[in-house]
Amino acid sequence: MPSQQTISTVLSPPAPAIFHVDNVSKVYTMGEVKVHALGSVQLDLYEGEFVVFLGPSGSGKSTLLNILGGLDVPSGGAIFFRNQDMTHANERVLTQFRRHSVGFVFQFYNLIPSLTAQENVALVTDIARRPMKPEEALAMVGLGNRLSHFPAQLSGGEQQRVAIARAIAKRPEVLLCDEPTGALDFHTGKRVLETLAQVNNTFGTTVAVITHNAGIADMADRVVYMRSGNIAEIQQNAHKRSPAELEW
Amino acid sequence: MKALDKKVLRDLLHMRGQVIAIALIVACGIASLVTMMSTYYSLKLTQETYYSQYRFADVFVQMKRAPESLIPQLEDIPGVGTVQTRVVKDVTISVEGLAAPATGRLISIPEQPTPMLNDLFIRSGRYPERGDEVLASEAFALANNLALNDTVGAIVNSRWQDLRIVGTALSPEYIYEIRGTEIVPDNQRFGIFWMQRDALSTAFDLKGAFNDVSLSLMPRASETEVIFQLDQLLEIYGGLGAVGRDNQVSHRFISSEIDQLSAQAIIMPSIFLGIAAFLLNLLLSRLVSTQRDQIAVVKAFGYGNLAVCFHYLKLVTIVVVIGAILGTGLGGWLGAGMTHLYADFYHFPLLRYEIRPGVLMTALIVSAGASVLGAFLAVRRAVNLPPAEAMRPEPPATFRPTVVEKLGLQRWFSAPSRIILRNLERRPIQGLMSIVGLTVAVAILVVGRYFTDAMDAIVNIQFRTIQREDIALVFNAPLSAQAQFDLYHLPGVMRSEPFRTVPARMRFGHYYKLTGITGVEPTSELRQLLDSKQRPVTLPPEGLMLSAKLADLLQAKLGDRITVEVLEGGRPHRIVTVNGIFDELVGISAYMDIHALNRLMREDFTLSGAYLQVDVQQQAKLYQQLKQTPAVASVALRQTTIDQFENIIGQSMAGFTVVLIGFASVIAFGVVYNAARIALSERGRELATLRIIGFTREEITYILLGEQAVLLAIAIPAGFALGFGLAAMMTHLYDWELFRFPLVITPASYAFAFLVIMCAAVASGAIIRRQLNQLDLIAVLKTRE
Repeated sequence: MPSQQTISTVLSPPAPAIFHVDNVSKVYTMGEVKVHALGSVQLDLYEGEFVVFLGPSGSGKSTLLNILGGLDVPSGGAIFFRNQDMTHANERVLTQFRRHSVGFVFQFYNLIPSLTAQENVALVTDIARRPMKPEEALAMVGLGNRLSHFPAQLSGGEQQRVAIARAIAKRPEVLLCDEPTGALDFHTGKRVLETLAQVNNTFGTTVAVITHNAGIADMADRVVYMRSGNIAEIQQNAHKRSPAELEW
Repeated sequence: MKALDKKVLRDLLHMRGQVIAIALIVACGIASLVTMMSTYYSLKLTQETYYSQYRFADVFVQMKRAPESLIPQLEDIPGVGTVQTRVVKDVTISVEGLAAPATGRLISIPEQPTPMLNDLFIRSGRYPERGDEVLASEAFALANNLALNDTVGAIVNSRWQDLRIVGTALSPEYIYEIRGTEIVPDNQRFGIFWMQRDALSTAFDLKGAFNDVSLSLMPRASETEVIFQLDQLLEIYGGLGAVGRDNQVSHRFISSEIDQLSAQAIIMPSIFLGIAAFLLNLLLSRLVSTQRDQIAVVKAFGYGNLAVCFHYLKLVTIVVVIGAILGTGLGGWLGAGMTHLYADFYHFPLLRYEIRPGVLMTALIVSAGASVLGAFLAVRRAVNLPPAEAMRPEPPATFRPTVVEKLGLQRWFSAPSRIILRNLERRPIQGLMSIVGLTVAVAILVVGRYFTDAMDAIVNIQFRTIQREDIALVFNAPLSAQAQFDLYHLPGVMRSEPFRTVPARMRFGHYYKLTGITGVEPTSELRQLLDSKQRPVTLPPEGLMLSAKLADLLQAKLGDRITVEVLEGGRPHRIVTVNGIFDELVGISAYMDIHALNRLMREDFTLSGAYLQVDVQQQAKLYQQLKQTPAVASVALRQTTIDQFENIIGQSMAGFTVVLIGFASVIAFGVVYNAARIALSERGRELATLRIIGFTREEITYILLGEQAVLLAIAIPAGFALGFGLAAMMTHLYDWELFRFPLVITPASYAFAFLVIMCAAVASGAIIRRQLNQLDLIAVLKTRE
């Protein structure tokens, strides 16, 4: 994104922050109930870092991730992506942002059941600017031999890896993962985390992972603890462990 | 192919049952549109071309006798283009192999073929070259298996004459070939014969004279003005009143038929496409809500609103396109069939069936309209779904206590029944739309059967209750009282009732109507007039009795004094009181006591003909005798009329009924299947849970299909009511001078509609039931909600 880079070189603060979250709050209505999902969140995310958001259910992790990813807009405060104000971005701008800059991985994979693994990845590569080939992305996650399988024919771990392949195929600047191992067993979960770490190392992609599994925190550069819609603590990991070393 | 497009195809494949059901409804709509429109254009074009190429006249008038020297005066009437004078006479004819006497209308043609008004299209053979040679109307020749060079016997002015058929022909004047007094053609017993003018006028003592004029009008001429002048001019020559094309029998039938087609080309397709739009909306709404997360993912990956919108529109468009292609094919087939049916009925030199590009364009636009209409709301919902919200499961549906609970009646309902009721209450619009669809399906069937019922009623009322004679004889000229007794000498005549009929123009205020007055004995047993409730009414000794339709056209009421201008004999003008109004389904007529009519005509007891009741055993003999009786101009056989009528009803209604059953079944099936299928997909989890906690298959079937049964139970009586209402509307619409449709729907028709709808509903229920039996309990519970 040359234009954004230009803006960032001119206006950027000393550290290359990719996201700048300024007092963001979020209230939404579900059925007949008003939910205060985010109180007031202040946070910067930096280029190439691996961040884990840790907290119990309902602590606001997913809401924050959705706002970061342009799936939702804040009720209050402001959010910048590479110094571009996304707070009041319209639908078109958000769509372009998601299309070219962000990759998503969801807890329940969210593959399109009627499309094969390859086609699920193609869904993204069809519209991205300089994507990998779907086969290439699937090979990266170790599924080069499962191209024409439908989601129903794949195991949970395989489905999640298809989802990761789908997320990285566009070569995103940031990869947002919502409980990527939540539905997986220990070994499969580790396999998926390895893939995420690999993407982070190989492409320098900023990776944000939401989880309530504290064991994952050790593989992060930074850990953001959340509670009741606010950031309780941010911890810098002096010693980052590889996924293989994790235990939970 | 793009990945998203593959999803469209796979989704369609997955929902194939519903897709087929909706595509079939679209197909029915497009089929009816293409059928009606293509038939309409084919008929209209054929009619117009035929009229202009064969110079169909604009104004027609008959008279007793006018000299040829009058022609220049006729031509001088402002606005008149071409004048064609002719000799036209109806005679009794005898055809080999036909027991009953037939009526032939002899029409003069020039000695040499020259262009004329109402020109002939010679289908076979050649133009007559001698006085005893004739061209016969093709329909008559075909109906009687007459070949070229066959002869028919005719009583021409009291002399027996053999007419040799040298050709068959068609005329724009007789596309619908009937006598003026009938409503269905009897091609065996009524035919047109064209013969040389010289021979015809000699035979009827009309040398140098004529008794029929057709004329064409100049562009922008006033028809009313020309008719007025013509009537004035012909008054002293026994003019019977000129009529424009609108009142020309053949033209009138065809034009009303064509108009009807154009109306149907709008009504039927609208119904189908409306229902298709509703079902598409239902299907798509469901799809959008089951695919909330998929929409969210697609959006999360940067597909814009427009892309999502197009994605679902594509899906709908494919369904509609499948339907439109099927419908166009079916419509083309039905249209060709319908055009053939018309070709049997009407006599055109060439009836070409084609589907114009315009028709296809209309079908395309209309179906596109239906798809957009159906898709619009659902797609808008899909588009407006913010991706983050779409990720979250839908909030649980809001249920509230139903009317039943508010009234404290819940203890009378089982839990499953309460589930049904609450579901119905939660989605009243959806339920209402289903009811509307089913109601329309029922109504279509009721209305379809109504046509048959109405036709049957016409036969029963008109030809069994009002007209009770076996034979109606019309003499060449009015005869004196003696003739009445002479009739009893004919073989097999058990009863004979004289009647007097005179052509007359009736005026009341500024309304006038050209018709006839029939005088019958007040004690008549062979002619029974009925009131609007079909009770017999007696003829008043004085004054006129008008048919309700005629009274309506004249805006006359009981007790009004109307002017009667008789167009026969001394042509008296009299003021007569309306002393009675009766109901009749065919034509417009006025009755009087025959003696009162004789007095009005200032004549002794005179009769124009007689109604006869005859002994069936002697029928053949009687027919033989009638064929050779010079005084008889025409013989109408009631039973033949009934047979013809029923034959035509049978032929046209059978096909029509099959099509209607098909259409209504498709709607009922489509509505029930779609609604139940969607309910199944929405509530699979709930139903599986019920199964797991111990409900039987029957019980969950009851919950799922019970809802549809409730809707059906509301829709069926509503459909009866709507059908009745539509029939009442049609009764109003088909209130023509030629004939009227009584508002009669038999219980059998309601039962028929009920059965067809139930069959369609049960069939779709059975399919759903099968799918319900295949419910994978474990898998359903595993899925995320």
